[in-house]
Amino acid sequence: MELIDAVPVRHPWRWVGAAVILLVLVLVIQSMTTNPKFYWGTFRTYLFDVLVIQGVGWTLILTVTSMVIAIVLAILLAFMRQSDNPLFRYVSWVWVWFFRGTPVYTQLLFWGSVGALYPKIIVGVPFGPELFSWDTATVINATVAAIVGLGLNESAYLAEIFRAGLKSVDNGQMEAAEALGMRRSKVMWRIILPQAMRVIIPPTGNETIGMLKTTSLVLAVPFTLDLTFVTNALASRTFLPIPLLMVAAFWYLVITSVLMVGQYYIERHFGKGVDNVTKAPVKATAAVAAAHAKPVETSGGTTEGGQS
Amino acid sequence: MTETAPLKEQATARTKPLVEIQGVHKLFGDHHVLKGIDMTVRQGEVSVIIGPSGSGKSTLLRCINLLETISAGRIYVHDDLIGYHEVNGKLHDLNAKQIAAQRREIGMVFQRFNLFPHKTALQNVIEAPTQVKRQSKSAAKLKALELLEMVGLSDRANFYPSQLSGGQQQRVAIARALAMEPELMLFDEPTSALDPELVGDVLEVMKNLAKSGMTMIVVTHEIGFAREVGDTLTFMDGGVVVESGNPRDIIANPQHHRTQEFLSRVL
Repeated sequence: MELIDAVPVRHPWRWVGAAVILLVLVLVIQSMTTNPKFYWGTFRTYLFDVLVIQGVGWTLILTVTSMVIAIVLAILLAFMRQSDNPLFRYVSWVWVWFFRGTPVYTQLLFWGSVGALYPKIIVGVPFGPELFSWDTATVINATVAAIVGLGLNESAYLAEIFRAGLKSVDNGQMEAAEALGMRRSKVMWRIILPQAMRVIIPPTGNETIGMLKTTSLVLAVPFTLDLTFVTNALASRTFLPIPLLMVAAFWYLVITSVLMVGQYYIERHFGKGVDNVTKAPVKATAAVAAAHAKPVETSGGTTEGGQS
Repeated sequence: MTETAPLKEQATARTKPLVEIQGVHKLFGDHHVLKGIDMTVRQGEVSVIIGPSGSGKSTLLRCINLLETISAGRIYVHDDLIGYHEVNGKLHDLNAKQIAAQRREIGMVFQRFNLFPHKTALQNVIEAPTQVKRQSKSAAKLKALELLEMVGLSDRANFYPSQLSGGQQQRVAIARALAMEPELMLFDEPTSALDPELVGDVLEVMKNLAKSGMTMIVVTHEIGFAREVGDTLTFMDGGVVVESGNPRDIIANPQHHRTQEFLSRVL
C-alpha cells in the first residue's frame, strides 16, 4: 500500500492577513506604552490596591450569589412553565414578563428604597396582632438589596434559556422515563434537565459574564464596594480616570477568563455520553467491575452477537 | 419452534386474560384513529399486531400504558382499569401517582430506543429500580448485570448509548424495561429503526423472553417473528381489527382481502 502524500492547497492570503494583524497589534501596543497619558505607573500603583482587591471580591460575591439565586429560580420557573398546573404556568409567565419588562437599574433603585416604603417588616395575623417585626434596613441592607435585585432580574432571562433547553430534549426521553413509572418531577430533574444542560450552559455562561459587568449598576441601590464604583472613586480622587479604567478592565478580564475555564469543565461534565465520545467504556467502579468480571470469565470471551 | 407452538397454544388457552381491550376508540381532534378495538391477551401469550402505517397499531399500544388516553372503551390489565377508576358507572381520572404505579407493571420498548444518552448502559438499567422502586444501588447493579448478560451485552455495561450500535441500544432498552419486573411487555416496532443485519440479535432476545413466559404485545413488520413466536396475530387497518387468530393460519391463508393485500406486499 502506498500512502497518499498530497501537496496541500497553499493559502498565501492567510499569511498576508496575519502580517497585517500583527502590524496593527504592534502599533497599538507601541502607542499604548509610549503615550504618557496612560499613566502606567499609576496603573501599577492601584492594580493591587487593597480597595481595588476588595472591589474585585465584592464584584465576585455579587456575581456568584445573584447567579445562584437566578439559576435556582430559573429552574423552578422553567419547570412551572412546563407544568400541567395552569396556575404554575401563569405565575411563571407573569414573573418573566415583569422582571424582563422593567429595567434592572429601576429594580435596583426599588430594592434600595424598600426601607423607605416599608420601614418595618411585620409577621402577624392579617388584621390581627403582630407576632414578629424587624427593621427593614437591617434585613434588606445594601448587599442584600443588590443581590436580590440582580438575582430576580436575571432569573427572568435565565428562565427562558432553561425553557429553551428543556424543550430541546427529545420527547421520547419523557415517554421512556414515564413508561418506566417515573413521576414527572423526577423525570424532569433526573432525565430531562441533565440533557438540557448541554444546551443551557453556553448561554448561561454568557449571562454570567454579562452579570459580572451588570454588577456595576449596583450604585443604584446604592452599593458602593464593587470594582467599578471603587475605581471610579479612586479616579475622581486622583484626577486620573484612564489608568483606573485600565485597572477595572484588567480585573474584569481576569475574572471573565476564570469563569470561562469553569464553563469549560461544566460543559464537559454535562456533555458526557454525547460530546467527544470515544469507543472506550467509562471507568467502571470496583463493585461493578467485580460483579462484571465473573460472567465474562466463565463464558470465555463475550462477543457482540446475541449469544443466548 | 413450529412444532412446540400447538402445545403452547393449549397452555395459554387455559390461562386467564392479562390484557382486555374493550371497544376502544381514539380521536385526535377530528381524526378517528381507533374505531372500536376489542382484544384479549392471555397471561404468557405473545400477541403480534401487524398492519400498514397509520392503521392505529402503535396508538393502541401507547394507550395500554397511558402514553395516550383513550376516547371511549375500557382497557384492563390484570383486572385493573387503566387510567381511571370507576365509581357508579362514572369514570374518574387517576392522579399522577396512580398512573405511575400502573405503568410500573408494564414495560415498553420504543422504535427509537429512547435510552438516556447521558447515562451508561448500566445506569440506564438501574435508573428506574433505584429511583422508583427504591432498590439499593448494589442490588440493582447485580440484577442489571444479569439482565445485560441475558441480552448479550454484559461487556457493554459501561458504554454510553452513543457508543453502541442500534441493535445493542435496543437490547439495553429491553433490559431497562425488564429491570422493573413488569408483567407485560409492549414492543412498538422494536426493529424498524435498525440496520437489517442488526435485527436478528434483537429478535433473538425477544424470542428468549417469550420462551421464558413473558406476556408480550408486539407491533412489528417482522412477519417471520409473528409466525415463529406469536401465539396470536392481529391485523389492523384503518383503525379496526380486520383479522385475528393463529399467526401461522393467517399468514398461510389470510381470509380478508385487505390482509391478503398487506401480506403480499410485506412477504
